[in-house]
Amino acid sequence: MSMFRFLIRRILTGIVVLWLVASAAFLLFFARPTATVARQLAGREATPAVIAQVTKTLGLNDPIAVQYWHFIDNLLHGNLGYSYFTQESVNTMIKQDLPPTVSVVVGGVILWLVVGLGIGILSATRARSFFDRFSAVAVLIGLSLPTFVIGEFLLLVVFVPLNQHGFHWIQDQYSGPSQGIWTWIGHMILPWITLAAVQAAVYTRLMRGQLLSTLGEDYIRTARAKGLSERRVVFKHGVRSALTPVVSQLGVDVGQLLGGVIVVEQVFGLGGLGQVSVQAIDTDNLPVIIGFVIVAAAFVVVANIVVDLAYALLDPRVRIS
Amino acid sequence: MSISELEFQAAAVEGAPEQAVEGRSQWQLTWRRLRSDKVAVTAMITIVVMVGLAIAAPAIAALVHHPPNIAYPNTGENAVGNPVGPFTNGFWLGTDDTGRDLMVRIFYGARISLFVGLVTTAVATVAGVAVGLIAGYFGGIVDAVLARFTDAVLAFPYVVLALALAVVLGPSLAVIIGVITFFSWAGISRIVRGQTLSLKEKEYIEAARSLGAGPFRIMFIDILPNLLAPVLVLATLYIPAAVVFEATLSYLGLGIQPPTASWGNILAAAQNFYQVAWWYTVFPALALLITTLAFNLLGDGIRDAMDPTTERLLAARRGRKARARSRKNAAGPDQAPADTAGSASA
Repeated sequence: MSMFRFLIRRILTGIVVLWLVASAAFLLFFARPTATVARQLAGREATPAVIAQVTKTLGLNDPIAVQYWHFIDNLLHGNLGYSYFTQESVNTMIKQDLPPTVSVVVGGVILWLVVGLGIGILSATRARSFFDRFSAVAVLIGLSLPTFVIGEFLLLVVFVPLNQHGFHWIQDQYSGPSQGIWTWIGHMILPWITLAAVQAAVYTRLMRGQLLSTLGEDYIRTARAKGLSERRVVFKHGVRSALTPVVSQLGVDVGQLLGGVIVVEQVFGLGGLGQVSVQAIDTDNLPVIIGFVIVAAAFVVVANIVVDLAYALLDPRVRIS
Repeated sequence: MSISELEFQAAAVEGAPEQAVEGRSQWQLTWRRLRSDKVAVTAMITIVVMVGLAIAAPAIAALVHHPPNIAYPNTGENAVGNPVGPFTNGFWLGTDDTGRDLMVRIFYGARISLFVGLVTTAVATVAGVAVGLIAGYFGGIVDAVLARFTDAVLAFPYVVLALALAVVLGPSLAVIIGVITFFSWAGISRIVRGQTLSLKEKEYIEAARSLGAGPFRIMFIDILPNLLAPVLVLATLYIPAAVVFEATLSYLGLGIQPPTASWGNILAAAQNFYQVAWWYTVFPALALLITTLAFNLLGDGIRDAMDPTTERLLAARRGRKARARSRKNAAGPDQAPADTAGSASA
């Protein structure tokens, strides 16, 4: 019952957050001179009459309150608006550009968690070993480089030499899983590594620190004294309790992840929501940008609810409230 | 404690050698520990050198006779118009795609990157400390509003919004600094709020209040100094993050606009040339990596120097050797206690 009420409450707050984000996005883009938008749309040679016509069609002359009402009304009907340039529905555009983004996020997150937590656990159980030191250096480098530099570095030292020597499995650009899983992995492996490299660094550090202090606790000694195998002690007793701060960090990082996705899509030319929204930004295509901001915010809100639930499942002491 | 015991202690103090006990503040101790940490010292020297090179950028440009924004199509490009490599025609690190001196541009880029990193961190730290202190100290509705706002900023996909803001306001140095600052203060604010929550329950705060101290005096005179350690560590780690953030914005075309050089826009321009001019990508990336790495290592070093209980992986081995030495010395008969204290802080 408490779980159900918790969910309802989180969903309600989520809706409020989304409304705030949508309104902020609206204000940001519409509360500014409309002439520039209309002028761009109408083309460089347009006469003032044409510009006025375009402004009128887009409803850019209406009072802000009216425009806002139309905007919210459309949103509530699940309509994100239409591209200024192609008149294409933003919903359709997002649906079309979703697959590369989902591919990057899903694979990247799995790799990131497996690598980050795995190295963290190995480092903590082998504290002060060569492996531990080596991973600490790798983590620092990962923390110190922008995502796009790591991506370009991979292109420079992996993609280019391999393809020059007739090994064509690893590719840039996007290819969906429908083209064959193996091809898909070949296209996505570098983006995944890039996305994971930056994020994994934080988690390796966090996991190592948490696990090291957890393994120093009395109950771990008790578990060892009971004669449990080391593997059982580390995973069943150590990792489980060390995971809670990691999971709460995850909630914060979901937003950052999307930033990483934009950059990765740009570096590897994957298409996808991030790249399309960067293009939309270049052309001042407001409905597309707002659509992307809202979808991104929705993703963050949903992911945070999931993270909170996972948090409660992992640590029974945490009351859902 | 009886009178005779006090007398005994007084006598012991009088009899002790003058230099035996020397009061050291927290900051002096930290500085001593930091100074003996080879990694942190190297990081500090690196940062100083990088700042020096950034300041000296015009002098370097004059030295090699290559102003940052002048293209040299004849000497700076090869027959097919591609950049020339390092140590060719007087270009120490090669040229970029329009035949400009890459080295000079990297040092000019350092000016922008370091300026952005330092200014955003300074402003974000002041703002974060203020918001965190106010939220933590006043509590109640003030805290509820400020803390929720902080969480919202933290959870938001900041690159997305930063891009949007940069577009709406038009890319410029001021906008970049504003955008990065806006997304940086929240982390500091959260830490400060948490610390304030626990500090304000301490007895010395109660004592200050009973003496008639007002809320702002308590916040800024009594609580703030005790928060400076974690804030300083966090601030040191925010500088490289801001440098990386600026580079990312510039890479996406929304940061510092060409022809002004920044590490981000040099790297962005280099991406189409990585097959013909490796130096064009490698050298600016290296400059960025060295700088951010130095700040990250320094931040770690400061944290460990402030809290000696943390365990270092990359710490210099000197501490351990010094401890071993002092143990050996302590075995000797006439060892003054001051030496042990000194080496423990080393």
